[in-house]
Amino acid sequence: MHNFEFVKPSSVADAVAALKDEDALALSGGQTLMPTMKQRLAAPSKLVSLTGIAEMQGVRQSGGVLEIGAATPHAVVAREAAAVYPALAALAGGIGDPAVRNVGTIGGSLANNDPAACYPSAALASGATIVTNAREIAADDFFQGLFSTALEEGEIITAVRFPIPQKAAYAKFEQPASRFALTGAFVAKYAGGVRVAITGASEDGVFRWSEGEAALSSNFSPAALSGLSVSADGMMGDLHGTPAYRANLVKVMTQRAVAAAS
Amino acid sequence: MKVSITVNGKAVSGEIEGRTLLVQFLREGLGLTGTHVGCDTSQCGACVVHVNGKAVKSCTAFAADLEGAKITTIEGMNNADGSLGTVQQAFQDHHGLQCGFCTPGMVMSSAALLAENPKPSEDEIRHYLEGNICRCTGYHNIVKAVLAASGQDADQIAAE
Ligand SMILES: Cc1cc2nc3c(=O)[nH]c(=O)nc-3n(C[C@H](O)[C@H](O)[C@H](O)COP(=O)(O)OP(=O)(O)OC[C@H]3O[C@@H](n4cnc5c(N)ncnc54)[C@H](O)[C@@H]3O)c2cc1C
Ligand code: FES
Ligand code: FES
Repeated sequence: MHNFEFVKPSSVADAVAALKDEDALALSGGQTLMPTMKQRLAAPSKLVSLTGIAEMQGVRQSGGVLEIGAATPHAVVAREAAAVYPALAALAGGIGDPAVRNVGTIGGSLANNDPAACYPSAALASGATIVTNAREIAADDFFQGLFSTALEEGEIITAVRFPIPQKAAYAKFEQPASRFALTGAFVAKYAGGVRVAITGASEDGVFRWSEGEAALSSNFSPAALSGLSVSADGMMGDLHGTPAYRANLVKVMTQRAVAAAS
Repeated sequence: MKVSITVNGKAVSGEIEGRTLLVQFLREGLGLTGTHVGCDTSQCGACVVHVNGKAVKSCTAFAADLEGAKITTIEGMNNADGSLGTVQQAFQDHHGLQCGFCTPGMVMSSAALLAENPKPSEDEIRHYLEGNICRCTGYHNIVKAVLAASGQDADQIAAE
């Protein structure tokens, strides 16, 4: 790994100022960025740690919304969101392994937007709001394909706001070696309708399965999806699963999520 | 740059680079070579230590980010009189290791589990140790050792 300057500010304002340098990058849990730097796929001149910023930590509820500080580790979400938004807590508790969950953070996961990551599906299915140092971005506008998001250079996520659903569940078909999702479905039922977000399947990263949403909004049951089929066009294919296999998993995992949520 | 942390109860400080990994600081800086590096890619868990009581892969943590932290390594797991600590002793008693390469990480992860969940079931133990890979034992005796370390009957699980 190339060397770099390391700074650890204690406020969002100081972090944003430190990130103004060319080639500076934010460091949260480091569970994705450090392996990337070891492979020299990233070689920042400066790392700005976000883990010492109190305002970016913690899980809080206000009214029908659960707000999570962007630098909150998965293990803390698994514990502290369990009573308010159990499906989200269960998702966080199923990421990687305990040591990854103790340091990996929600902000790092959303900013990275790995096409097989878990959190993007929760944010998209919940219609969450991604709060940054500069603005608020709707999840529908935030995810923009493989590893790309609406974030501008130097912009950092400070918190994520999840509207709390009536019912929800995440069903993940785990790739046993990486523990990422081979395909995962997050289903959330709100007064206004059902949202379904799929991770791990599409070449464009996380997406909403609108046909599934329409069927479930009129009948929230696994049977409502039985007549639907998902096209394999644009699905990822690799040694773990063909595009057709993943397309089928979209439906199967959504049905499992609905069954778990009912 | 300089970092000051507490390792196994002792305050230590050292000169590091931004890129110095916690495991490098422990092994090369402090000579604490009990913490192993199996993969360096956060897959195997051989490098697990406790940071402020939580299991963390020391190959995937920067020493610079841990200013003021309390670290416990395998060298800090024995009893005050130098005898093996409870988890270590259980690994020995139940033959929870063969080559021993994964063992420091296994012991540290197991101890973290027992701190969170003092009486885990077999399933909970297997699930918690998902991030720790062992190429020798087939895991069975590791699970038995953790059951025994928690004061439960290690023979409750089927012999395999
Ligand atoms: C063994 C292993 C198993 C895993 N399994 C899973 C899994 O099952 N499911 C899953 O979803 N993930 C999994 N992960 C990934 C894990 O969840 C990571 O924690 C996550 O992808 C990145 O979060 P981080 O806090 O570590 O971010 P970092 O690695 O610190 O950062 C990642 C990227 O995001 C940027 N960034 C970080 N924070 C912010 C912010 N607040 N604002 C803007 N940009 C930011 C960084 O600059 C960097 O580019 C796994 C990782 C490992 C090592
Ligand atoms: S050496 Fe750290 S996880 Fe393998
Ligand atoms: S005892 Fe050899 S790797 Fe576990």
